[in-house]
Amino acid sequence: MTEQQPLLHMQGITKEYFGNRVLTDVSLDVNRGEVLGLVGENGAGKSTLMNILFGMSVIGQTGGYAGTVSIDGKDVNFQNPFDALKAGIGMVHQEFSLIPGFTATENILLNGEVLQDNLVTKVFGPRLKTLDLAEMRAIAEKSIELLGVEISPDTLVSEMPVGHKQFTELAREIHRPEMKLLVLDEPTAVLTESEAQVLLTSLRRLAASGIAIIFITHRLQEILDICDRIVILRDGQVVKEVATGDTDIGQVAELMVGRSVAAKSAATSGYDKNTETIVSVDHLWVDMPGETVRDVTLEVHKGEIFGIGGLAGQGKLGIPNGIMGLYPAGGAVTLHGKPIHLNDPAGALAAGMAFVSEDRRGVGLLLEEALDWNIAFTAMQAQNKFLRPLLGGLIQWRDDKAIQNVALEYIKALDIKCTGTDQRAEELSGGNQQKICLAKAFAVQPDVLFVSEPTRGIDVGAKSLVLEALRTYNRKNGTTIVMVSSELEELRSICDRIAIVDEGRIAGILPPSATAKEFGLLMVGKLKNEESKVESHE
Amino acid sequence: MNRIRGLVDKAGWPRIIIAMLLLSLFIVAPSVGIRVDQSMTDTIVRFGMNGILVLGMVPMVQTGCGLNFGLPLGIIAGLLGATISIELGLTGLTGFAGAIGFTAPFALLLGWSYGKLLNRVKGNEMMIATYVGFSSVSFMCMMWMLLPYRSPKMIWGYGGSGLRTTISLEGFWIHILDNFLAIRIGPYFMFPTGMILFFVLMAWIMWAFFHTKTGTAMTAVGSNPDYARAAGINVDKMRTIAVIMSTVYGAVGILVFQQSFGFIQLYNGPFFMALPAVAAILIGGASVNKANITNVVIGTILFQGILTMTPSVINSAIQSDLSEVVRIIVSDGMIVYALTRVTRKSR
Amino acid sequence: MTKKTRFKDTVSRVFIGNVVPIMFIVLIVFATPLSGFSTGYLVQEMVTRLGRNSFLVLSLLLPIMAGMGLNFGIVLGAMSGQIGIIFVTNWGISGVSGLFLAMAIATPLAVLMGWLAGIVLNRAKGREMVTSLILGFFINGVYQLVVLYIMGKIIPIKNSALVLSRGYGIRNAIDLKGMRQSLDKLIPLNIGDISVPVATFILIGVLCLFIWWFGKTKLGHDMRAVGQDMAVAEDSGIKVERTRIIAIILSTILACYGQIIFLQNIGTLNTYNSHDQTATFAVAALLIGGASVARASIPNVFVGVVLFHLMFVVAPMAGKQLMGSAMIGEYFRVFVSYGIIALSIVLYAWKRLKERERARRSLRGAKEP
Repeated sequence: MTEQQPLLHMQGITKEYFGNRVLTDVSLDVNRGEVLGLVGENGAGKSTLMNILFGMSVIGQTGGYAGTVSIDGKDVNFQNPFDALKAGIGMVHQEFSLIPGFTATENILLNGEVLQDNLVTKVFGPRLKTLDLAEMRAIAEKSIELLGVEISPDTLVSEMPVGHKQFTELAREIHRPEMKLLVLDEPTAVLTESEAQVLLTSLRRLAASGIAIIFITHRLQEILDICDRIVILRDGQVVKEVATGDTDIGQVAELMVGRSVAAKSAATSGYDKNTETIVSVDHLWVDMPGETVRDVTLEVHKGEIFGIGGLAGQGKLGIPNGIMGLYPAGGAVTLHGKPIHLNDPAGALAAGMAFVSEDRRGVGLLLEEALDWNIAFTAMQAQNKFLRPLLGGLIQWRDDKAIQNVALEYIKALDIKCTGTDQRAEELSGGNQQKICLAKAFAVQPDVLFVSEPTRGIDVGAKSLVLEALRTYNRKNGTTIVMVSSELEELRSICDRIAIVDEGRIAGILPPSATAKEFGLLMVGKLKNEESKVESHE
Repeated sequence: MNRIRGLVDKAGWPRIIIAMLLLSLFIVAPSVGIRVDQSMTDTIVRFGMNGILVLGMVPMVQTGCGLNFGLPLGIIAGLLGATISIELGLTGLTGFAGAIGFTAPFALLLGWSYGKLLNRVKGNEMMIATYVGFSSVSFMCMMWMLLPYRSPKMIWGYGGSGLRTTISLEGFWIHILDNFLAIRIGPYFMFPTGMILFFVLMAWIMWAFFHTKTGTAMTAVGSNPDYARAAGINVDKMRTIAVIMSTVYGAVGILVFQQSFGFIQLYNGPFFMALPAVAAILIGGASVNKANITNVVIGTILFQGILTMTPSVINSAIQSDLSEVVRIIVSDGMIVYALTRVTRKSR
Repeated sequence: MTKKTRFKDTVSRVFIGNVVPIMFIVLIVFATPLSGFSTGYLVQEMVTRLGRNSFLVLSLLLPIMAGMGLNFGIVLGAMSGQIGIIFVTNWGISGVSGLFLAMAIATPLAVLMGWLAGIVLNRAKGREMVTSLILGFFINGVYQLVVLYIMGKIIPIKNSALVLSRGYGIRNAIDLKGMRQSLDKLIPLNIGDISVPVATFILIGVLCLFIWWFGKTKLGHDMRAVGQDMAVAEDSGIKVERTRIIAIILSTILACYGQIIFLQNIGTLNTYNSHDQTATFAVAALLIGGASVARASIPNVFVGVVLFHLMFVVAPMAGKQLMGSAMIGEYFRVFVSYGIIALSIVLYAWKRLKERERARRSLRGAKEP
């Protein structure tokens, strides 16, 4: 675009988290007035890169980073977000950072109010200056105008539709005169179709006025609509940097997702193409914040390992959470042909399903209790195992010995590293904690096992152990496994079929041997003039 | 050195200070003319009197309902049971058993409603418990004047109506547990066997309950309600059961307290009674969301020990009455300390 | 929407939004004639009580603005004020100068108490109300220790009329004859039979102006932001912890002055009991005036003081007429005080849960049209 030096120049950025390399030698430029699209799966390193740009404390606390960041040619090293703000960088996050009871004006100028001196300030300090509401309103109005939307500066945020809240956030970032670079992280995720269009138009106006924009999204159509250039990250590296006009959705999708890893071949699977349906899901919707499911219909075959993948926030995690009753859900689910009562965890467990949640520490474990309790608990409560009936069944007495025995059994079977069955769950490593969660589900001896993000946050060695445990369990007991994961490679290595979820719906079902491009296309969002569903492959 | 530091960290400074204080008081006692055996008797008796009230804290803490500042509700149920028993003229063991019997429906009903209320205000249980407790006591103040009691042993003399403020248990079931199989050594030492046995029974019941399927579920609810819900447990139901248990223990606890104390205290008697019980369990090592029976025993002994010893020792030493002030500072200080400890779920 | 339904809508909204004051008005309308008091008497009582109590109730406003709920810790300010009065009485300084001197020397103590309370409450986020309540009891114990044992022994008190017969410790009741009504009668005004404490009302007016002006400053604005969402405020760079502490310090100082004004009107200091019900009655009055745990404004203060104290005055006699016993009336008014606080907190907690659930849905993953 222009011949000046780039506004932002990141060179050779490398970052490790506790020995895990998340960014390797990443370099990118953004010029004034340019819209740069940043694309990648979750875990590709986008958030970490932005955290570095913003000087988030988590970066410094985990060993800093290598490489340089410069603004207008000058090297910078932000220690906190306020330094970045002062240098003219703003960020609009996915979660709104707004005060609901304040007006648009007050939010736009939060902690940046226009102040007037008065008598008292001399004595008691600057915080007693009075607010110049008229001036503040004028600034807010100008900011809103720049975006090209109609929002009254006096509206309370709590009374705004979601789209307006997003715009208020945006207005807050750009009202600063020194604003040079704006980063937007999935800004259209919560907007309706028309609101998204208005936002994109506003962004183009902003860019035209000289502000540089980094636009992070997985909706490739949007990227094509407004970005000038696209940077694709994968596994912490830049795989390609290209001008929008020189590429197409297919290529971007493939680059985002593709790897040269062997997929599970039909020979190694014990799955004998038996197409008896064990679980059928019909028009399922789930209200799980951040992973909303809108309309999912699929069938799981008995004895298979069925994978569900897709980008973060698209709804894949909502599916098992909804079926197992952890979040409000609706629609029809049947197991063995019999309908399952939704919104009823006890019912789901009693019917023969079990769930290993993606939220290990929040939902999966009793951190302050012993690990044998953790393993035995669900089976005890849902199926009356490990209990001794006394007084003719009137009292169900906890059988501590039986609990200890089952714990020892699984410690051996899954090779769980611990000091004993009475060790508190919070003291184990992530990998071993995950094995406890698996043991808890195995102890229920379910017909269908749902597993969400089985290897999240686990080191490489433990990852393969966990996957192997699942594979063995499936082969030995014929248990149907439904595995939800953001790691496509993981799914391709053990699943018999893989469904991809996008925008709360099934975008398609592919065999593990399908190409990266096919998977990528399913993940990256509806194209404007294509069918809403891709043909499912069997 | 590290092990000692580890122990100190785990126990917390306030507890260590209190334990050392108590020990030094016992050591100093003889030199100011206080008999150790008399002090021990006092401490043991007060332990028995308060133990069950403190036990009642455990179910609610374990289920994540917080410290039971609403103990006055259970106490009111106990008072109703006791007064009805006296109204019917029941004496001795029958009277005491009758009191427990009459108290049961009130305790269950009040506990159940209280539990339902707390389920709707998750996250603010303690504050609401406090004011529900205060309001109930104030409400009962009016009721004690209006309810149709007629026994001359209880109502105001000279043709007045309404119950007296304190009602003596003389002739009814005073000391009925204390004296049961009591062990006396010399004129100054008495071990109130009956009362202690009763405490052991109530403690055993609670211990057994937490070893059942439901008790185990309740512990999980307090430890991680999301985990419990995912395992199919009805969290609200567990919490209600815990509140009912706490209320019942409160009711039985005040009956045990009264038979040793010798008087039924109505009107504003129960007003502040939750605070010593809360303080006792905290001193014993419990936190806002974890408590066990050991905490109850240790805490009650320490707390009642301090309350017994400080006044008598200091009174003899400097000839003045510090007991009330000490009680306030120790119990309320301990509670403030516990409230400022950051817990995992400070929602 | 027709005019009729719109009217009904507004009426029902106004009604539901102000349920508590309306209930109270009904109660008072019913009880007042029963009590047999004359209108003149009641008007005088209300004027006096407005002068006596408004300052204290006003001190509750800032912590509510800062999102810290009902500050039962104002009793710490009350105790500071009382210590100021003890010293001033000890030095024999009477009249309005004595009053202002008491305020002056109590101020540093109130600041210290407020700072302490602020730190404790910052460590108990989410449990501020119950912590401030118990903290109040705890400091009461310390206060008793100081006033009952240390004063007279270690802190010399030369005015022997203040000291207990045993030689140390302050007496239970101190006659404030020097200071009595000194502020109230400073500018005497009589409207008919009603005597109006003009100077006191002027002070109250000044406080109201201060609070109004404070809301327009950056500090006041920051406090509101902190009160609504601590995380967002923190992210925008507002020093949340500091702001909260300042709110509590200001509240404590105001309560200190409020208690001194209260005591100069009553004329007697019950050393160990005057401050017992300070917090409860002030909070109850504010809530009865239509405030909630999360929102309170100046009109709530005055409406609340009038309604609460009307009920307070009228209850015993009404109880006597209705039930044959004045005691029932007295117990009733205490029950109402605690009950109204319990009710308000329950409503607040219930509303908060509902709001959190609603917010969860509106911020993320909106259903597609």
